[in-house]
Amino acid sequence: MAKRPAVGLRRQGGVANVIMIVVALVFMVLFLLLPLVTVFAQAFASGLSGYIASITDPNTLSAIWLTLIVAAVALVVNVVFGLAGSWALARFRFPGRLAILTVLDLPFSVSPVVAGLMLVLLYGRQGWLGPWLEAHNLKIIFALPGMIIATIFVTLPFVARELIPLMEEQGADEEEAAILLGASGWQMFWRITIPKLRWGLLYGVLLSNARAMGEFGAVSVVSGNILGLTDTMSLDVKALYDGYNIVGSFAVASLLASLALVTLVAKTVLERQFLTRSTKEEVSA
Amino acid sequence: MAGHVSIRDVSRRFGAFTALDAVSLDIPAGELVALLGPSGSGKTTLLRIIAGLDFPDTGQVLINGEDNVARHPRERGVGFVFQHYALFRHMTVAGNVAFGLQVRPRGLRPSKAEIKARVAALLDLVQLGWLADRYPSELSGGQRQRVALARALAIEPRLLLLDEPFGALDTKVRKELGQWLRNLHHDQAITSLLVTHDQEEALELADRIVLMSQGRVEQIGTPAELYTKPASPFVLEFLGEANRIAGVVGEGGLVRVAGTGDAVAQSIDPGHALAAAGQAVTLYVRPHDLLLEARADGAAVVRSVKVAGAFAKIEVVLADQVLTALTPLHRLPSLHLQEGSRARLVVAQGMSFPTQGAGGSLQFAAPRSFAMA
Ligand SMILES: Nc1ncnc2c1ncn2[C@@H]1O[C@H](COP(=O)(O)OP(=O)(O)OP(=O)(O)O)[C@@H](O)[C@H]1O
Ligand SMILES: [Mg+2]
Repeated sequence: MAKRPAVGLRRQGGVANVIMIVVALVFMVLFLLLPLVTVFAQAFASGLSGYIASITDPNTLSAIWLTLIVAAVALVVNVVFGLAGSWALARFRFPGRLAILTVLDLPFSVSPVVAGLMLVLLYGRQGWLGPWLEAHNLKIIFALPGMIIATIFVTLPFVARELIPLMEEQGADEEEAAILLGASGWQMFWRITIPKLRWGLLYGVLLSNARAMGEFGAVSVVSGNILGLTDTMSLDVKALYDGYNIVGSFAVASLLASLALVTLVAKTVLERQFLTRSTKEEVSA
Repeated sequence: MAGHVSIRDVSRRFGAFTALDAVSLDIPAGELVALLGPSGSGKTTLLRIIAGLDFPDTGQVLINGEDNVARHPRERGVGFVFQHYALFRHMTVAGNVAFGLQVRPRGLRPSKAEIKARVAALLDLVQLGWLADRYPSELSGGQRQRVALARALAIEPRLLLLDEPFGALDTKVRKELGQWLRNLHHDQAITSLLVTHDQEEALELADRIVLMSQGRVEQIGTPAELYTKPASPFVLEFLGEANRIAGVVGEGGLVRVAGTGDAVAQSIDPGHALAAAGQAVTLYVRPHDLLLEARADGAAVVRSVKVAGAFAKIEVVLADQVLTALTPLHRLPSLHLQEGSRARLVVAQGMSFPTQGAGGSLQFAAPRSFAMA
């Protein structure tokens, strides 16, 4: 039914259909495809050597490096928190559970810039914890720790949001069976829980990673944009652009765009895996 | 080695709700005991407590005399077959069966070759050797159930707990698997506790039946004991259908139907207090113990005659009560009963449960004056 357009639509819809398709295509090209092409066109505006020179610029290299570090730390935290948190939230009923579930969505609803400001207000020199941090010679704002915290803040819900419904749907029967068969808690976790969740976990990791590398607002507020020191790729793109280094700016942007494309493809592949697996496994559950 | 399980006064509450109320029962080593009861009577809760997946508020679970409540479930040596199989969906059939052996601590773990051989032997036992490399999602319900059983047997449990193992299967498959389980149990003599809410399954398979209701044990006994000497109306009605006939006891223990005065049964222990004339009784009579005889002056009127397999089901109305009688199909023609015909009704065998004084049923038979054609 759903696959076949209604008979009436198909017959008289010649003109209307064509118009709608054309409009959709024009929008796609205008707002999605063209900008993407522009990024790559501008990046290679002064040829391959110009591109390579831009990418291998020391400041750019440091920005790439910093982005990787921030993303990697955020990733580890997200996986650990995502697994532990969703385990607790999916398997147990305790007072305050709903409140936690609501707060978990905060990073989705708060503007990243506001998130960054909150961190400055908390950890900055004039912030609540500022004096104490300064007394102990700990620098968070305008330094790597602040950028990591900001990134973790904006990416925290991705993994947990993916895992909680999955865990609730799968139940704990298999884990209980494993324990009764003599498995230790550790064996149960690695041999049953993780494999059961692997597609959802991977999917959540992918999304949170894309967000981590692309994050601008929150990181921008807490980093202070110190060139070569606290510049991530996203910040670097803007800094280069503001300094009229168009090729350099678009070269870095092309890297980010490539990451986005890779993520998209991986996401599509995973979704397909995920769907066929879970429908298959549902039958066996 | 088979375990002797002894459950003493186990209670479990969920908030204000009492799921188990001082449950005590014994499962001698090597027996197959069925835990029978309506939905929500606490069967699964009891099973989970025995396995160590849940904890009693009070009471003890002893296996071979040792208190198991403080023991980790992993160390109890319990094989558990879940109602919904709970197979490891990301492992093959062979992987599922091997799991319990692979997770043993290094010193106790069999070698790879030994594990392989054991798995093959177990899969042969459940007749699934040819499916070793399939995933659970690629099996039928009955096949999954047998994999779950093989997986539970792999750790050589002292005790096998089965939670409605055949619940999700169609009648034919569940009968086959039930019989197969019975034979397996006969060969291996593992103490087993089988949860079911199917009374027929319990009567056919079990050495003994534990009937539960609302968190309490109603009666424990062999299938024959429960069927012929139920301790309460609940037990009687749970194990097969029964008619209730309201009557009054007359002289000589003769029971007359309230309303018509027809004599339908006679007490066979006339010394009992109930035999005192004028007392009201409720007679419980199985459909096949209700005899009908076509008679123009009979007090019962046939409402319908239906053929159900090997039996004919005859519904009659007697003094505003609708009663069901079963008769072998081959006898139906000689009864000369159709819709609307009148009949005399006699109880070949029945029971009543006097309210005063607990326990015990009173037995009734056909009136002495009655002789069936
Ligand atoms: N974790 C729980 N929290 C609250 N109530 C529970 C919990 N587990 C079981 N109960 C309640 O305890 C009662 C007994 O449940 P149980 O699962 O033991 O029944 P059962 O005899 O196995 O029923 P069924 O034949 O439907 O499986 C039910 O009323 C159920 O609602
Ligand atoms: Mg149950």
